[in-house]
Amino acid sequence: MSAGSAVSAAPESARRAIPTSLEAPTGFVRRYIFSTDHKVVGLQYFFLSLTAVLIGVVLSLLMRFHLVWPTAHLPFVRGGIMTPEQYLALVTLHGTIMVFFVLTTAPQNGFGNYFLPLQIGAPEMAFPRLNSISFWLTFAAFLCLLATCIVPGGGPISGWTAYPPLSGLGEVTGPGEGIGQTVWIVSILIFCAGSLLSSVNFIATIIDLRAPGMTLGRMPLTVWAWFVTAISILLAFGVLLAGGVLLLLDRSAGTNFFLPAGLVVSGQVQAHAGGSPLLWQHLFWFFGHPEVYIAILPGMGVVSQVLATFSRKPVFGYRAMAGSLCAIGLLGFVVWGHHMFVSGMSPYSGLTFSLLTMSIGVPSAIKTFNWLGTLWGGRIRFRSPMLFAMGFVSFFVTGGLSGIFLGQPALDSTLHATYYVVAHFHIVMGVAAIFGIFAATHYWFPKMFGRVMDETLAKLHFWLTFAGAYCIFMPLHFVGIAGGVRRYADFTGVDYLTALLPLHRFVTFAAFATGAAQIIFLYNFFHSLRSGAQAPMNPWDATTLEWTTSSPPPIDNFGGKLPRVYRGPYEYSVPGATVDFLPQNLAIEESRDVQ
Amino acid sequence: MSNSLTSSVLTRGNVSRVGSSGGTGDVTFGRGGGGWGGDGTGGAEGIPQRVYVTGMAVAICGMAMFFAAMVSASIVRQGLGAADWRPLEIPPVLWLNTAILLASSFSLARAGRLQLAGDEPGFRHWWNVTTILGALFLAGQVIAWRELATARLYVATSPTAGFFYVFTGAHGLHLAGGIVALMVAGSRRARWMKRETVTRVAALYWHFLTGLWVFLLLFFLWERYS
Amino acid sequence: MLAPVMTHSRNSVRGSAGPAVLLALLLLILVGVTVVLFASHAYSPPSPITAEGRLTDQQYGRTLWVAGVIFILAQLALAYAALRFRDRGRPARFIRGNNALEVVWTLATVVLFVGLSVMGRRAWADARLGAAPADAVQIEVTTTQFVYTFRYPGPDGKFGRLDPNLVSASTGNPLGLDPNDAAGKDDIVVPVLTVPANRPVELLIRSQDVVHNFFVRELRLQQDAVPGMVIPVNFTADRVGRYEIVCTQLCGQGHNTMRSFLNVVPEPEYESFLKQQAVGQ
Repeated sequence: MSAGSAVSAAPESARRAIPTSLEAPTGFVRRYIFSTDHKVVGLQYFFLSLTAVLIGVVLSLLMRFHLVWPTAHLPFVRGGIMTPEQYLALVTLHGTIMVFFVLTTAPQNGFGNYFLPLQIGAPEMAFPRLNSISFWLTFAAFLCLLATCIVPGGGPISGWTAYPPLSGLGEVTGPGEGIGQTVWIVSILIFCAGSLLSSVNFIATIIDLRAPGMTLGRMPLTVWAWFVTAISILLAFGVLLAGGVLLLLDRSAGTNFFLPAGLVVSGQVQAHAGGSPLLWQHLFWFFGHPEVYIAILPGMGVVSQVLATFSRKPVFGYRAMAGSLCAIGLLGFVVWGHHMFVSGMSPYSGLTFSLLTMSIGVPSAIKTFNWLGTLWGGRIRFRSPMLFAMGFVSFFVTGGLSGIFLGQPALDSTLHATYYVVAHFHIVMGVAAIFGIFAATHYWFPKMFGRVMDETLAKLHFWLTFAGAYCIFMPLHFVGIAGGVRRYADFTGVDYLTALLPLHRFVTFAAFATGAAQIIFLYNFFHSLRSGAQAPMNPWDATTLEWTTSSPPPIDNFGGKLPRVYRGPYEYSVPGATVDFLPQNLAIEESRDVQ
Repeated sequence: MSNSLTSSVLTRGNVSRVGSSGGTGDVTFGRGGGGWGGDGTGGAEGIPQRVYVTGMAVAICGMAMFFAAMVSASIVRQGLGAADWRPLEIPPVLWLNTAILLASSFSLARAGRLQLAGDEPGFRHWWNVTTILGALFLAGQVIAWRELATARLYVATSPTAGFFYVFTGAHGLHLAGGIVALMVAGSRRARWMKRETVTRVAALYWHFLTGLWVFLLLFFLWERYS
Repeated sequence: MLAPVMTHSRNSVRGSAGPAVLLALLLLILVGVTVVLFASHAYSPPSPITAEGRLTDQQYGRTLWVAGVIFILAQLALAYAALRFRDRGRPARFIRGNNALEVVWTLATVVLFVGLSVMGRRAWADARLGAAPADAVQIEVTTTQFVYTFRYPGPDGKFGRLDPNLVSASTGNPLGLDPNDAAGKDDIVVPVLTVPANRPVELLIRSQDVVHNFFVRELRLQQDAVPGMVIPVNFTADRVGRYEIVCTQLCGQGHNTMRSFLNVVPEPEYESFLKQQAVGQ
């Protein structure tokens, strides 16, 4: 058994009854709109993310189309042919939507909100009202972001990274840099607020609401991941908030935090002086790097969970896995300079950040070894959640390895801002993290909705997406190595970029094909929602606490009786037991009956 | 298709067993004081009271990061050595405001002690004093802004002025929120937090803001005289 | 004596090797195609024209070996695990972990990754940490939306003063040269960068409006141009030729049109270029 099993999670005196206020609320508004039920809030976040990812994918397909056929006539585009600023507005919106409203939302606030209390044996999150507020702030931020498409001047063109002075001077630097950029910043600030509130909820819940017997050493790795992620959100988003406030002031109040003297834009001398564009970059990337770990850590937790469930083995090296999650979270805060090797930052800083960046590869590698170790000697059932989890491992290896090139400043001198970087972050975030979301969706669909997804369709979706995603993003490494620059609306102006068009054509076809394959998932999801087979309480014979309650769970999660935890989270194929899984709430005396 | 052995194995941990060694581990609804938890520390939602304190402590860490980012931005901006960096004279009223805020922390601490001692009127008195002192502090900050404006120092005039407005504005906003919270908490029975918890949480927040203010004042002085 | 492990699972896919085989196959194809494409150097950039560039390529090669081997091993291990350990009715091995193994692979990873970083320092240090030699050719690179402008100090070796208020591209003063500054009278302002081969060149990179970038593949060098800063980079090009300069930092709607050329010419041709420009003034 895990050491520390003698230590109770919370003092017995603080244990509590199931609250009476967790009676099912009446009325549509209280049940579905301003719900304090973490499961409803989780689903709200989930469906917000689903909407966001559909928009984000459409944007990316438009981008891919334009890159290969830049002069094609598009009926829905003002003027018929997409202009560079329209392309860049797509780039900006795509990045912002995907990073914030998909990858920061679904894995943590979507699945985390739904399953954190269930997995720790709590009836609800620590602050249910705050939870609802957090969601509605996020929703407001999303609406604000979408509004940038329809404001005069169009959407901002400075990318999701919004470097000043391009983003700091207003309309004079380019189309979309007027109201559009301001509304974008406001959207981000609202999102920061929502995220910070939500992270407080997660952290307090994990610290104080674990069921008796649920020691830190018995928490599922999903919970560990949500914990480290929430701490990262707490410490990173405040910095983005600060940067965003300063940028807003530079734009609208005439301040000079990021704007230096002597700027001449389109022949007009700007009145600003004394600020530093690098200051923005430091503030942004101090947030921006933890952000990408925020995007991937929950997926890592899910993968550990799913691999164990479907290998019928404990997670290999549970302590190392928990420890590496913490190490990644911690180290994630000291590597931001690797986004700035060629930024004008001191080259000596570059050496330091490089060393730290390569170091963060170590806990990531440890996780990969331990995932393989979990599979090793297992009894693998290739259900759809498992396929996505294994796909995650494959993509994480690939994407992580391209990172060790970018983490070396000498190599980054050639690869920075090329499609090599685009390939790297899409493979880890746009594929691996998404596979984590797919794995979680297929794994937890029965529990959330009481129905079962169609396994054949799910598998078909997996194979097509797995192959398709590699077809999209592997070639982009080569585009980057050859010097293919990113955020270009059109390659026809530079000879060597035109030479790379065949690769781009292949990528675009693969993107459309893979995008089309996602229709299978959407059909499967919504069809199963309505008419899938009834799901049993524990379709996967899994050990964690969410599987000990009905599908879907009752409003207070456990039907009036909170569980007590007696064992670790991954007691699969324990020698001597007659069943190959021992649920966490199975008492020791009772487990003897099954041996 | 649930195997009976499986289902009995799975449901066992949830069944409240008479005379079980689980202690308060499996607590069924309705047991203990009024259905709110065996020892009476359960709040309106049955959530342990200390979670509110944890939540506030965690939130303070998040707020601290926001101010830390601003502080480092200010240090960097100063270090750039740009020609427009002009040291900012601390408006004299800030000293008075600091004294008021420190006094408000003391009055809040006093209120807390009286509450624990059971002196409800005394608690209310010092709670209200805290609220008033907080409002006075904010009024003083507005006066400080007026003093700067008189000296023709606005948010865009110089980076030091800009940061000063941002720092005092952000701190003031947080404090205003705190005043609202004190007023709301002081006048209504909190449905889900016990009175002592409300005080503890409020105290955490308030003392954080006081400490933050002292730090900011020292930071302004350091920038002025270094 | 262990009791036999019974499973009550409904999910046994005993005998169903399909997904295992398909996954292994896809992973094999992935590894094969990736290795072939990388090994064939099908999409390499043109060969470097500086010593630091060659150092960079060597470091890239080392990193590619390390990454490549790990990639192949990891993907094949995944494929192997899928095939070998698929559900065949036998119970899984109950293994919680292996501390010795953890230590070993952690240390190995540390050594490999940190080692790579340390080995790569030389290429970076050579390119960035050393000041340019005193006799380096100094050329100022000014980036604007969406044009590169290069300025040579001329025979007096001094750059003239620039004044943002005097910037006027339409009247032929894109940099805002101050006509009252004698040092600027002989400055050469051109849209294309011409440098002598085999001589150290120091570029002083600056920007007039937003953050831009100066990137030449063959130099294996890029540097952001940050308004408010003048950032020096230096190199010695050892091959004559004409190389494209592109901007990699998103700078506005004309980002993809921003382009110029680096002409590396023999020394005599460089001298005559300077003389021609001086005559033209």
